[in-house]
Amino acid sequence: MPILEGREVTRYFGGLAAVFNVDFEVEQGEVFGLIGPNGAGKTTLFNLISAALAPKSGSIKFRGKEITGLKPYQICRMGVARTFQTVKVFGNMSVFENVLLGASFGKRNRIASADAAKEASALLEFVGLTEATAIPAKDLTLGNQKRLEVARALATRPELLLLDEMMEGLNSTEVTRAMALVKRIQESGITVIMIEHVMKAIMNVCGRIMVLHHGAKIAEGTPKEVSADKTVIEVYFGERADA
Amino acid sequence: MGIGKTSSKNVFVMGLVLLILILLAAAPLYASIYTVILLTSVLMYVIIAVSWTLFSGPTGYISLASAAFFGAGIYTSAILGNTLPLPLVIVLGGLISFCLALLVGALTLRLKGIYFVMFTFGLVELLLHFIMWWEVNITGTTGRVVPPVANTTVFYIMLMILVILLLTALFIRRSRYGLALQSIGENEEAASHSGVHVTALKIIIYAVSAFFMGAAGAVMATRWTYIDPTIAFNPLISFMPVLMAIFGGIQPLYGPIIGAGIFTYLEQFLITRFPYYYMLIFGIFMLVAILYMPEGLVGLAQRIWKKSSGKKHADT
Repeated sequence: MPILEGREVTRYFGGLAAVFNVDFEVEQGEVFGLIGPNGAGKTTLFNLISAALAPKSGSIKFRGKEITGLKPYQICRMGVARTFQTVKVFGNMSVFENVLLGASFGKRNRIASADAAKEASALLEFVGLTEATAIPAKDLTLGNQKRLEVARALATRPELLLLDEMMEGLNSTEVTRAMALVKRIQESGITVIMIEHVMKAIMNVCGRIMVLHHGAKIAEGTPKEVSADKTVIEVYFGERADA
Repeated sequence: MGIGKTSSKNVFVMGLVLLILILLAAAPLYASIYTVILLTSVLMYVIIAVSWTLFSGPTGYISLASAAFFGAGIYTSAILGNTLPLPLVIVLGGLISFCLALLVGALTLRLKGIYFVMFTFGLVELLLHFIMWWEVNITGTTGRVVPPVANTTVFYIMLMILVILLLTALFIRRSRYGLALQSIGENEEAASHSGVHVTALKIIIYAVSAFFMGAAGAVMATRWTYIDPTIAFNPLISFMPVLMAIFGGIQPLYGPIIGAGIFTYLEQFLITRFPYYYMLIFGIFMLVAILYMPEGLVGLAQRIWKKSSGKKHADT
């Protein structure tokens, strides 16, 4: 059974189909890439999975259980965590408190506050932010704010993690660190779906990729298959004039 | 922020608070009746300002419904004061405001920014005119008489409500819910995706803050003895706590306490000295405060403290 399964997922914005009849299956333990040009509907799909938006039709199942119609906090407590394309850290709260919030509220069962604090420190170490524990999140660099969002999401102890353009705006050193982080997250047993524009990261980290264009799925497969796909090449580079 | 980080400072603050409370509790023994009455209104404003900050401080939802919750308590006292014992009336006044806030919260806490502000203020006017209409058309008499209670009793009840309120506020701040309230103010969407049941938490804390306003109203009614809708639902009660909290500082718990204390005293002082110009002076005073102390009196004090001790913010 796939960990996440979407059937004919559809959402309109006005008359525009932002996501249209998209089917997908994400297997336990894989890193699943979601790519496509701007406005393809990638973030909308994330919003539909995490219940920031409700789909117009279609079904989304997490571990075989229908999750459409639930609230964001319920999805989170079920084990699906996310980060945001434009970072949404709690700027005036300390780095530690950001992660502590996830650890205190995001789990299925409530845990003691001392345990939540311990977990938050461990996660800050995991993403490499131990030195920054006490500073307000707004004072971090963009790269570190993105790491902080990952730590906050991991603090909810997810089984599935949605990463929305984690590498956007990062320099090449930071991209390398971020790629290593995604691999370590996968090794810890968490399934990852990532939206990404940085091709190097997609090709290196993802096991399978789905390509969206104008809200519809146009290709799916391993990075190799997808990068050789004719429709994908057309979408990204335009039709070949000399063919 | 930084809870428990500076525990020695916390012990000092707690000691100071305890000392002030003891001095206050003993006030009727050494102070004049006038002082006790003045202190009662200071306590009343402190209660309203602290309970307003309990919800609006961390979440950033500016509620102007304080007068509605306070007034609901006053009217509870006016209607039931003759038949029920005072403690029960006070608890009921609080509970009725609590329920009113649950209802209002469920309806309006989806609104954001200025829409929420307008709606909450509309509630005050709505209740005022509804009760006025009711009294004119249904009961046929406007205004009610509340059985008076001794000044010192009113004072002690106010003090008790304040202590319970402070303990509640402290408990919420220290618990994980304090963190959650703050995260709602920072970014509601991220909070809900981190597992916080944003709607439920907002409504409940809003109602808890209304409880204390209602209880304070129920006690205060006994001191005013004559009540009609324009006295009970005075819009000034909605604005004062906001101004007091901003003046004192919203972040630490004692900010609104200091703000309310100074404000009430200043108001009394200006009314007696400059009966015709007091509102004008008050207005200028407020403008200066907002322009030059954006973080309130407490923020200003902290800034001066930091400058003089040469402590800089660690920048990593």
